[in-house]
Amino acid sequence: MNGGIQRFLRHRPAVGGLTLLLLVLLAAALAGVLYPGNPFAIVGQPFQPPLGEHVLGTDALGRDLAAGLLHGARTTLLVGVVATVIATVAGVTIGGLAGYFGGRLDNLLMRFTELFQTIPFFLFAILLVAVLGASIHSVIFAIAVVSWPPMARLVRGEFMAMRNREFVQACVSLGMGHTRIIVLHILPNTLSSIIVTGSVMVATAILIESGLSFLGLSDANTMSWGFIIGSGRTVLRTAWWICAVPGVAILLTVMAINLVGDGLNDALNPRLRSL
Amino acid sequence: MNAAKNPDAPLLLIEGLSVSLPASADRRHAVEDVSLELGRNQILCVVGESGSGKSVMSRAILGLFPSRHVQPSAGRIVFDGEDLLQATPERLRELRGNRIAMIFQEPMTALNPVLRIGAQIDEVLEIHRAGDGPARRARVLELLAAVNLPDPQQILSAYPHQLSGGQRQRAMIAMALALEPDILIADEPTTALDVTTQAQILSLIRELQRKKGMGVIFVTHDFGVVAEIADRIAVMQHGRLVEQGSAAEVLHRPQAAYTRSLLAAVPSLTPGPKRDFSAQPVVLGVNGLNKSYRSGGGLFGGKGRSVDALAGVSFSVRRGETVGIVGESGSGKSTAARCIARLIEADSGQIMVEGVDIAPLTPRALRPVRRRMQMVFQDPFGSLNPRRTVGQLISEGPIVHGVSAASAHARTLELLELVGLERRAAERFPHEFSGGQRQRIGLARALALEPAILVADEPVSALDVSVQDQVLRLLADIRNRLGLTVLFITHDLRVASQVCDSIVVMHKGRVVESGPVAEVYAHPAHAYTQALLAAVPGRQWGNANEARAAAAATTAP
Repeated sequence: MNGGIQRFLRHRPAVGGLTLLLLVLLAAALAGVLYPGNPFAIVGQPFQPPLGEHVLGTDALGRDLAAGLLHGARTTLLVGVVATVIATVAGVTIGGLAGYFGGRLDNLLMRFTELFQTIPFFLFAILLVAVLGASIHSVIFAIAVVSWPPMARLVRGEFMAMRNREFVQACVSLGMGHTRIIVLHILPNTLSSIIVTGSVMVATAILIESGLSFLGLSDANTMSWGFIIGSGRTVLRTAWWICAVPGVAILLTVMAINLVGDGLNDALNPRLRSL
Repeated sequence: MNAAKNPDAPLLLIEGLSVSLPASADRRHAVEDVSLELGRNQILCVVGESGSGKSVMSRAILGLFPSRHVQPSAGRIVFDGEDLLQATPERLRELRGNRIAMIFQEPMTALNPVLRIGAQIDEVLEIHRAGDGPARRARVLELLAAVNLPDPQQILSAYPHQLSGGQRQRAMIAMALALEPDILIADEPTTALDVTTQAQILSLIRELQRKKGMGVIFVTHDFGVVAEIADRIAVMQHGRLVEQGSAAEVLHRPQAAYTRSLLAAVPSLTPGPKRDFSAQPVVLGVNGLNKSYRSGGGLFGGKGRSVDALAGVSFSVRRGETVGIVGESGSGKSTAARCIARLIEADSGQIMVEGVDIAPLTPRALRPVRRRMQMVFQDPFGSLNPRRTVGQLISEGPIVHGVSAASAHARTLELLELVGLERRAAERFPHEFSGGQRQRIGLARALALEPAILVADEPVSALDVSVQDQVLRLLADIRNRLGLTVLFITHDLRVASQVCDSIVVMHKGRVVESGPVAEVYAHPAHAYTQALLAAVPGRQWGNANEARAAAAATTAP
């Protein structure tokens, strides 16, 4: 594992991404300290450009963009991480069972997975939020529901490959039960792939969340980056900063997560590096 | 074809060749200060264990290095008055295939799977501009006939996967010989082949070499093969040349201690002292075991092909006895072992373990029975979970069966000592150990459950000969001490003769012959057993080697 950390730290873009990601985390953590109170509160004249009275200016209703950005970071990260955790747990469970047991169960679970993959994922997410009502919980649920199939397919492949390895056969001949073999022997060997895919999934989840808020399909009482962009889109030509500030934030965060994912991939799967 | 400038000069001269390794490697040179000569019309065998640098050395002749960090640092390789280490890449490309050709260990990966055999051989001729289309085609047919492939017309339009391993290796040889090279470099060309196929390929190489007067550099780890084919022998260890000389000198009067230890480690074909088990009860009885695999069919509704992996396999093993199942790849010996260990399900048949038929047991009912019969696997790298410590790996079996963690741990330490490892090994991970040490760990894991029966599936076939010797001795020692009953699966008749009390010979899923080792080896009844025994490389030399070892043993104080 120490070797993995060293390999990660040698990967310059990944360290850059990690730094950026830590800054976003710091921003989210300090939101309540730097901008106490409601980020929806009106603080002054609308359409103030950045670097004036307020660091990042104000939006169409005179709300402070900097406060929105920091509080929005909380929502964005929360949605990204929680949705990914749910999708990963579901994907690993379904893919793992399918890959380990194979046969009919595999057939059943994979057809079920394909059912989800046949629907364009963003439309599906919109549909789910529209049906369930626009709340932070339904947004997280919708993102998780559209995100798990790729994870399930990946884990299934890994489990199928591991299932036939001799060390797993050795476990069987030692008389171990399925649960023990899956949890203690196969899962740790697939963890690196799961972590790498999961990290990239966080980035996708953030993009979906932004897209949903942009369309107004988000919790109206929760500040998020997509919500700010959505509210500023009608005044894009006169007050560009309203869209640009959260837009750049999304861009940098997603990029940072992808770079970290790349770095993790190199660090945890060193065999792939020489290819 | 290429007339010599000076008939007395060696065909190929390697002088003080060193190939350096990257700084992170565990030694500085892959090859260090090696000087060799290859004469015309001669087969030079380069022998060594894994990591001896024999492959790197032989590939250096063609300018093939595994990476840009592994490069020659000193010496000369002189071919036809030209130093190949100084040659430009263009010049090397001209020589490769044309004057110096190479064949590899694994013919499946060395041939392009999406091109027909004919097209691949034709390509070699085309690159070196040897004639027009019809002339080249005639030449390809001639080559395929020269390597004794049946029906060259059909082979011409076959894809690599449609040929057997031996046929692929013949096609590779045909390709290598297409331009009548002066030198053929053969890197373990028979290691991946069955013993009967190996015997055919060896005699083919010998025959073609004589006919064309080529110089052959034959890289191998197997002294049996060396005895069969070599004119001269060079022995390598840790990248250095430890001994070279004529075949007779090195095989019968080895000078270097390392060569002597390698020769001594080659298992003898003469079985050890006879042990009698006729009074013991049968602890493992296999009765009419069947297993067939279906392939093809499926999506397009075609007729599936059914292959009998096991057809009515029956044999029995008495308490304390070691029974070997021998056979070539595809004989069903591994399938039999896995069916008996219930890792795969047999279609029908009885598997009697200590009087209980375990074939119909449900997985849950089977679990307590599993501890009576344990398995040792072939692959020392794949059979240990890389994420768990050796201690966890060994103690896990007993813990699963209800032994307390503390006593399982204490037992683990004892077992590590029993298999010849340090107690500290328990804290370390499998990747920190060598292949032989890992097989010892695998053995300790199997023994942790105190089984009555040990099923060993090719446990030493992935190991170097000296390590193989140590592991076999350990296995025999532990077997005798614990009174274990062993089912030993192997393709190597030499290994079987040393370990087994009786053997079961399998061919195409059927048992063709069985009986005490000494009897079967001395008077093989079935034609297949006879062919197998005749194909063991280096039989003649092996007998002489044993006589010498026996003489040395009697004169030693």
